Amino acid sequence: MHIDLQAGPVAPRYAAYLRGKRLFLAGCLVVLLALACVSISVGSVTIPVREVVATLVAGRPGDASTIIWNIRLPRVLAACVAGAGLAVAGGVMQSVLRNPLSSPYTLGISHAAGFGAAVAITLLGAGTVSAHIADSVVVRNPYLVTICAFVAAMVATGALLAISRIRSSQPEVMVLVGVALAALFTAGTTFLQYFSSADQVAAIVFWTFGDVGRASWPDVALLTAVVLPCTAWFQLNRWNYNALDAGDDTARSLGVHAERVRVTGMLLSSLITAVVVSFLGIIGFIGLLGPHMVRRLIGDDQRFLLPGSFLVGAIILLVSDTLARIVLAPIVLPVGILTAFFGAPLFLYLIVRGYRR
Amino acid sequence: MMLEVDGVGFGYPSHPVLEEVSFSVRPAEFIAVLGPNGVGKTTLLRCLNALLRPGVGSVLLEDRDVLAMSRPEIAREMAYVSQRTQPMRMTVFDSVLLGRRPHMGFDVTSRDLAITEAILQRLDLAELALRYVDEMSGGEVQKVAIARALVQEPRILLLDEPTSSLDLKNQLEILGLVRDVVREHGVAALMTMHDLNLALRFADRFILMKGGAIHAAGGREVVTAETIGCVYDVQVTVEQCCGFPVVVPCV
Repeated sequence: MHIDLQAGPVAPRYAAYLRGKRLFLAGCLVVLLALACVSISVGSVTIPVREVVATLVAGRPGDASTIIWNIRLPRVLAACVAGAGLAVAGGVMQSVLRNPLSSPYTLGISHAAGFGAAVAITLLGAGTVSAHIADSVVVRNPYLVTICAFVAAMVATGALLAISRIRSSQPEVMVLVGVALAALFTAGTTFLQYFSSADQVAAIVFWTFGDVGRASWPDVALLTAVVLPCTAWFQLNRWNYNALDAGDDTARSLGVHAERVRVTGMLLSSLITAVVVSFLGIIGFIGLLGPHMVRRLIGDDQRFLLPGSFLVGAIILLVSDTLARIVLAPIVLPVGILTAFFGAPLFLYLIVRGYRR
Repeated sequence: MMLEVDGVGFGYPSHPVLEEVSFSVRPAEFIAVLGPNGVGKTTLLRCLNALLRPGVGSVLLEDRDVLAMSRPEIAREMAYVSQRTQPMRMTVFDSVLLGRRPHMGFDVTSRDLAITEAILQRLDLAELALRYVDEMSGGEVQKVAIARALVQEPRILLLDEPTSSLDLKNQLEILGLVRDVVREHGVAALMTMHDLNLALRFADRFILMKGGAIHAAGGREVVTAETIGCVYDVQVTVEQCCGFPVVVPCV
């Protein structure tokens, strides 16, 4: 089939439309950078934003520099990378399962990863559980923890994929499967707690609440080393995800290997979830909140939805963590509590609204 | 011949669906695949572009075995429009541009954009280019699905009841469009249909299916009261109206 090409009036309108979406992404990036500076400046010691920027850009030495480089910056980066990773993972899961209620948390994958990490820490000796609340769990072997979290997340993912194949990924079914998996793996974690001392139980429970404050520089490096390549892979597959959004038959008739794209998407999303959970604990709803906020603003086109979710996910977790530090200062709340406060109403709203993406 | 279908059979463990289906398709032919519900029309279409893999038989596209071709290779030759189109929260332009997927590298090229624009103009969708598909009517969504199939630049169009949920005006518009594409671009189109009168008005050839097999195939001369009575188990007469045969049920 040969099509005569002609310049028409749509091209400039479409170019302007794309510019709007790119502007949105650029705006999100600017907001994220500004929030990062604010987040670094607030805390038990307030550091003026100007000094934060001077320290980061010009490397100005001093007490502020020590606080920024050793405490605040790893925390802020961990929030950004984990938020971005969870939101992108949620966006990909929603696309490959064609289910708007999918996210690492609602599908029980976070709980599975949490169980895997708890097994590695308590049974395989990959970490130490102490009663000291500020340092409740020390992960000595992050690789073993991550591997165990990943294996457990994979078991949950495998169950989800098998059931989505049998029941055509209907939203109700998938959420019920998520509820069942979350209950199962929470029961497993509770089982481990049952055989622990009272102090250890307190420590494990505290660790299960997601908290970005426990991330050190090596943790941030490993998180980044997983989240960035996975996100790049997702971005490479953006047109495949768009095709899957149109339905399996349409995707396959457009030359997309639907099953392969679905399985790799789920594997990599689960890997991100496993790594985040193994370092920071369970942080709920970012994978739901991030992509849905972006969908409302710029639509379902994965070319923009994925980078948008990446940036908005980072913003949400960064804002949540900053609030967690200042709302009840000097008490620092685990960020997982705040994300659940934001996320649960949205989840209910999506259910009431009838799943429309 | 452009497409040779030879002895294709397909079935599920519990029951067979297609048995020994053979026919050929020439370029610039508009073929209507007719028959009652559950006779295997959709299954046949899905076997042709390997969405389903036939248990027996072969499908040859100019002597190349379709079942041995990769998915992108098939997608560059054949486009498929399914019965139900999923309305997406994407603009009409992006939704149609998606049809360039089998030709795309890392990203869209200016040629992809130009082809999309040309097809949008051709289907009178240019005005709606930046509207979201999930805010459009059923007829418009179906036109978007057909536009997406056309930007694939296929040589064969497989259309599974694309007009089943449309009003008469939209049915005529879409069938007329398919007929024009067939004539202007030499594309072959296979369309499953339920409306015999519209099929008789627009298609060049007819395949009537019964019990998973071809009962009759050929030009308008095969669509007789006897064949229709046998295939659908309904008594009809075929009369002439405005130069076209019209099927009238005897009830």
